[in-house]
Amino acid sequence: MRRFIEKSIEKIFAACGMITTVTILLIIVFLFKEGAGLFNSPEVEKGYALCVNAANPIEYISAPDVKKIYNSAITNWSELVGYDEYDINIVLFRDDNKDIFEYYDDEELGDDFDEIEANIPKKVLELIASTPGMLAFVREENLKKNAKGIKVLNKGTVSSDNFFFGHEWIPTATPAPQFGILPLILGTLWVSLVAILIATPLGIGVAIYLSELAQSKVRDILKPAIELLAGIPSVVYGFFGLVVLVPMVQKTLGLPVGETAFTASVILAIMALPTIITVAEDAIRSTPRAMREASLALGATHWQTIYKVVIPYAASGISAAVVLGIGRAIGETMVALMVTGNAAVIPKTLFAPVRTIPATIAAELGEAPGGGVHYQALFVLGCVLFLITLAISITAELISKRQHNKGL
Amino acid sequence: MNIIEAKNIDFYYGDFQALKGVSLTVAKNSVTAFIGPSGCGKSTFLRLLNRMNDLIPDIKLSGECFINGENIYRKGIDVDVLRKKIGMVFQKPNPFPKSIFDNIAYGLRVNGERSKEFIRNRVEESLKGAALWEEVKDKLTHSAYDLSGGQQQRLCIARALAVKPDILLMDEPASALDPISTSKIEELIYNLKAEYTIVIVTHNMQQAARVSDTTGFFMLGELIEFSDTKKMFLNPDKEQTQNYITGRFG
Amino acid sequence: MSKKLSQKIAFWTFRILGWFVVGILLWILGFIIYNGISVISWEFISQAPRDGMLKGGIFPAILGTFCLIVGSMLIAFPLGVMSAIYTNEYVRDGKVSRFIRMMTNNLGSIPSIIFGLFGMALFVRYLGWKGSILSGSFTLGLLVLPLVIRTTEEALRMVPDSLRVGSYALGASKLQTIRYVVLPTAFPNIITGLILSVGRVSGETAPILFTGAAYFLATLPSSIFDKFMALPYHLYVISTSGTDLEAARPIAYGTALVLITLVLIINFTASFIRRYFSKKHGAN
Repeated sequence: MRRFIEKSIEKIFAACGMITTVTILLIIVFLFKEGAGLFNSPEVEKGYALCVNAANPIEYISAPDVKKIYNSAITNWSELVGYDEYDINIVLFRDDNKDIFEYYDDEELGDDFDEIEANIPKKVLELIASTPGMLAFVREENLKKNAKGIKVLNKGTVSSDNFFFGHEWIPTATPAPQFGILPLILGTLWVSLVAILIATPLGIGVAIYLSELAQSKVRDILKPAIELLAGIPSVVYGFFGLVVLVPMVQKTLGLPVGETAFTASVILAIMALPTIITVAEDAIRSTPRAMREASLALGATHWQTIYKVVIPYAASGISAAVVLGIGRAIGETMVALMVTGNAAVIPKTLFAPVRTIPATIAAELGEAPGGGVHYQALFVLGCVLFLITLAISITAELISKRQHNKGL
Repeated sequence: MNIIEAKNIDFYYGDFQALKGVSLTVAKNSVTAFIGPSGCGKSTFLRLLNRMNDLIPDIKLSGECFINGENIYRKGIDVDVLRKKIGMVFQKPNPFPKSIFDNIAYGLRVNGERSKEFIRNRVEESLKGAALWEEVKDKLTHSAYDLSGGQQQRLCIARALAVKPDILLMDEPASALDPISTSKIEELIYNLKAEYTIVIVTHNMQQAARVSDTTGFFMLGELIEFSDTKKMFLNPDKEQTQNYITGRFG
Repeated sequence: MSKKLSQKIAFWTFRILGWFVVGILLWILGFIIYNGISVISWEFISQAPRDGMLKGGIFPAILGTFCLIVGSMLIAFPLGVMSAIYTNEYVRDGKVSRFIRMMTNNLGSIPSIIFGLFGMALFVRYLGWKGSILSGSFTLGLLVLPLVIRTTEEALRMVPDSLRVGSYALGASKLQTIRYVVLPTAFPNIITGLILSVGRVSGETAPILFTGAAYFLATLPSSIFDKFMALPYHLYVISTSGTDLEAARPIAYGTALVLITLVLIINFTASFIRRYFSKKHGAN
């Protein structure tokens, strides 16, 4: 009986041991499940079809071009299909029971409300077929199959090319939302890399100070301080950045706004410091005493011993620390959300607003209707972030494994 | 001429007194061996000669120690320069995780040597001096960790020789090695005597008898006896020495 | 002499860097304490926000954070401790334990916003718990799971094997040994880990953004299926969105101070417990 109980309890422990594995699997499943629909979702606004006159040679209008048309950056078809080929001005039309009244008066549409309702679909199609320059968004239920004189464009779904390499992220634009995540990916990497460039020399310097130079009393002050730095919630860092660093950056550098990639990098660097310091210090401490003594016995100074023997020996541990720091910075949400300025543009300078992947998810998921294209796009964005951080943590693990294999 | 002269040295780790009134002199181009049971202070004394003990916190020293007539515990002495003049070989081989060549060049480089030509010649010379050249001349760029334990230890000796020290300290240099490697190291010590003054700490009494001219016997921090090796092993003055040598101590 | 000089320069640089980091910490803490201290009052801690969040206190947010701490710990603590017992006591150095450790590390490296997405997908939508204390607690619970497992494992590893062997020698079974010898010895360190996890939970914002954190609630939550306010989220919204950011600043400073004080107390308690017991252990 006792054996049986022991065995069953061991089974329970074993089941609990699997909890992290199960959680990771669940995260993967749900992230992909929620995002999966994206590339099957129609490219144009849900429930609508993009139609032109059948004579129009155009076959496909990319989402960025649709946006340009709506912004009046493109006004003539020839700009899209090639010079002179179809030199007609673009006329926009939207099948929403409003635009139609500009083309037909009440008499043509019908007498009472019901009759107008019934007539509209027919009239809409008629209108498109008779207006060569028209670009129309037609409700799907109004679109009859094989309607004469009409061509339906962009029947496809959101293309992965546009998603991964698109330069614009405007998910709420109508009628053609823009889901180009390139600026977000670049913004994330940009901010994190600069942060790590700031934090790495600082962190290694402090780690050397702690492990090689500081007296034990000084260490007793510094170590807890660094631990505290790690314990401060990210939202507090974000708040501090917002009320202190943002105005400071704006004033000292004379910028139009203080919310810049640089501001976020500085805060992220401070946040990455404790990780880098702790891991680097451990790595430095793990350098065998015999190595140091050998170097000193040859007449090397303490500093020569540090940078010629200790640092090379600890190099893989230190690089693991740096990689871990990058991972942290890439995934950090609140600071990015609060001090980057959240402008989804491809970063060209350090001193302009950018937008990161986590900040995008945090800012937009609350407003994206569940299950919609925007919602799906945010989950795919989550998958991208997940894969990036996974790759980073595997890299860190490989590096620190190399550290363990080293030695005699 | 006496290259090392220690006068009445007391040494403390915190409250623990590791050396009690040790005085001795070492002649140039001789091999001196220190023997004695574990914890007797022989390694402490050795490490005090190149001030390696400085790395340990909370130590205290009194007495005087002269090397080449200079008090090495005098204020303002340059420890790095001192250590350059005194090579050290440790208990376990401790090559750096670098190539064989870089290991040996290390001491030259940290001491400001820039000439590649000079470094290359000195590396070869040192490896020959440590009787390792024939074995490694074709793989100087390989990691030092590719060598066997005995080869690594000879590499460490070569590394120490490269900076042309006056004195070579050896802290149980063969204790981690197999008998064949050990005999190679002993042979090497014998050959090096012509150019260097060697001080060796060893656990192994036969080794002391084989390689050294003078032997010092330490026990509980005291230098019990310090005399010619032949005399020490054949006819020691003190009973404690006799007991230790014949394996009856305590 | 130049190698001496370069050593001097390098070491002074490192010394300055070391104190620079402490300076940053003091700057952040000092800034928030200096600006927040005048806001703190009994009213601030015990009352709900009034007048469009510009007056009154932050009691609902404190309560919400408390609920999240309790909820997430109820999930993470037993699961985490049992998982650590399994890897450290049953499958010590085998493939299984290496696999579990790797997965725990990987879970720990997933950004918190991903947990937010996951919580939204699984708890809020799929299981239909809506945005609620329950959803938030589960999300945060899974988030701190790796931390609980790691600290517990460390605590168990510090129990000397001689104790286990001694217990077996008296005829105790594995489970009895764990129950009567290993766990009691490791207990203080396990508790330290638990406290650190509490600190982590109380400061996390991203995972609760979509799993039930609310900008303002007229009434306190009455069940685990209600939405909640929480300190970190409160600080976020009050400092970034609202009708009059400048007027809301004092409240934001106060909230930041309360949050930081909470986290600091938690961290100090943890290190105090660790030190107290390690001294006691050393005396034995």
